[in-house]
Amino acid sequence: MTEKTMETTTEKAVYKRPKSWKGVHTHYCPGCTHGTIHKIICEVIDELGIQQQTIGVAPVGCSVLIYNYTDVDFVEAAHGRAPASATGIKRTNPDRIVFTYQGDGDLASIGAAEIIHAANRGENITVVFVNNAIYGMTGGQMAPTTLLEQVTTTTPSGRDPQNAGYPIRVCEMLSTLAAPAYIERCSAAKQQHLPALKKALKKAFQNQIDGKGFSLVEVLSTCPTNWGMTPLKAIDWLEDNMRPFFPLGKFKDFDEGGK
Amino acid sequence: MKKTLMKGTEVIAESAIQAGCKYFFGYPITPQNEIPEYMSKRLPEIGGVYLQAESEVAASNMIMGAAATGVRVMTTSSSPGISLMSEAVSYMVGQEIPTVVVNVMRAGPGLGGILPSQSDYNQAVGGIGHGDMNLIVLAPGSLQEVVELMGEAFDLAEKYRNPVIVICDGVIGQIMEAVEIPERETKSAYDPTDWAAGHMDKRGTSVIIRSLFLNPDELEVHNEKLRAKWLKIVANEKKCEKYMTDDAKLVISAFGTAARISRSVVNTLRAEGMKIGLIRPILVNPFPFDEFESLLPVCQHILDTEMNLGQMIREVKAGVKFKIPVSFYGRSGGFCPGEQDIENECRKIYAELA
Repeated sequence: MTEKTMETTTEKAVYKRPKSWKGVHTHYCPGCTHGTIHKIICEVIDELGIQQQTIGVAPVGCSVLIYNYTDVDFVEAAHGRAPASATGIKRTNPDRIVFTYQGDGDLASIGAAEIIHAANRGENITVVFVNNAIYGMTGGQMAPTTLLEQVTTTTPSGRDPQNAGYPIRVCEMLSTLAAPAYIERCSAAKQQHLPALKKALKKAFQNQIDGKGFSLVEVLSTCPTNWGMTPLKAIDWLEDNMRPFFPLGKFKDFDEGGK
Repeated sequence: MKKTLMKGTEVIAESAIQAGCKYFFGYPITPQNEIPEYMSKRLPEIGGVYLQAESEVAASNMIMGAAATGVRVMTTSSSPGISLMSEAVSYMVGQEIPTVVVNVMRAGPGLGGILPSQSDYNQAVGGIGHGDMNLIVLAPGSLQEVVELMGEAFDLAEKYRNPVIVICDGVIGQIMEAVEIPERETKSAYDPTDWAAGHMDKRGTSVIIRSLFLNPDELEVHNEKLRAKWLKIVANEKKCEKYMTDDAKLVISAFGTAARISRSVVNTLRAEGMKIGLIRPILVNPFPFDEFESLLPVCQHILDTEMNLGQMIREVKAGVKFKIPVSFYGRSGGFCPGEQDIENECRKIYAELA
């Protein structure tokens, strides 16, 4: 509708939704970064021309419905098992581009074994790890990446390490393995960090096309609803609390001779 | 392939390969370790993929991913490992994915023991996983039958887009017999490009392999679809052997190795003039209820014998509509019911018959 009108006027389209975006509005909460991250993934898929070769593996969590928004083949995985399903898909279909999209509960809690071993085998897949330090879909329980003293529905007095251990730094942990080709942590909270996020995601997909091995991009994300904040306050909270503990940057990159 | 002396686990592996399965994701567990070992050597020879997963949880999810793209893929395990696969199996039924799982059954419950059992019958016919679901369950009784049933397992899985589980008691896994594994032409009943992931370039549109339907209307429609499919399987698929049952007053019911032992008992007692037979379900889910019903009215009593404490007996009683007594003789702990013990039970029962 909008495009037709534009062709007959002197206006120039400077922004379009990506071709691989399914063209519907998302169900995500105001201030959630899933929509932004999905959109960037769609842009990357379009720019690399891999829409018809791509198979996404959907997690259990708020983003289980990613397949409603991203127009590529999708396989639903069980909670935490996306890296295993992705391994099965990629090993039997090496010419397809396979990516997982997982939250912090999915990847770092129930899926801890699967992500470590997929990374350790150097599976030629792309992992998008959305870290918002909480369980979103189930209503705000503690996650492995929940910060100390952070209040959640299962840490009502704040996370106490005596009881619940410490937050896990996934990028740092996985970068001790020899096999992963590329591991970087980015943020989707502030506009100024989005170009770096897109660059990282594009590299993570390009690495797979080039057969370089396992690539993971962790994306610090806001969850205003379960953090009990407004979207803008959530961005501040991420900047003030998550970024010091989960520093942005590259942890592994075969391209920079870092093996 | 000419007749070769092979171990059961290796027969399972090679038969799957001859049935067109080039992909295996598995994990070591006794008594089926020879399968991943065999696959690790054999699959690279034919351009296939062997991967040792980090757990049975991972292995079952790996085959789920692979099968979602329409390829023939399998995993194998033994009892406790099969329990770990229950979640993935439920997903595969909901997602309508064709795949084959083999359980080389050991004694349970829990860590149990490594000696053979048939005590995962209930687990298999109960569907292993959660929700309204059914698995097609095959129970071979000899290594040559394993050869036949492995091919059928893949064919059935693809025909109905449903997981199939082959339950082999541990004896089947570990004995050695001469088998002939013919080279098979893989005949697919379908072309996966219209439903499977990874074929968007041929199809033009994307697919979602899913079991999640948050809207109860949609989920109910989906469940009814799965049920209609199961009823089709029930109507179309049956496999049951009846040995000397036409005039048999006493019939032994058994599957797998328990049936093999029972066959010897039938032969011994027939030689003495006793009218005794054996009924051996091979496809145990769907269960051949009507084959049991057809034993009546000649059959006055059934002796069910299993390498467990009484699982298939439930179906046997329903099969004869509770019209005749069904006795049970079974062993647990890793023991097989002994031929002499089954024979003694038969003599006791037969003496009381009309």
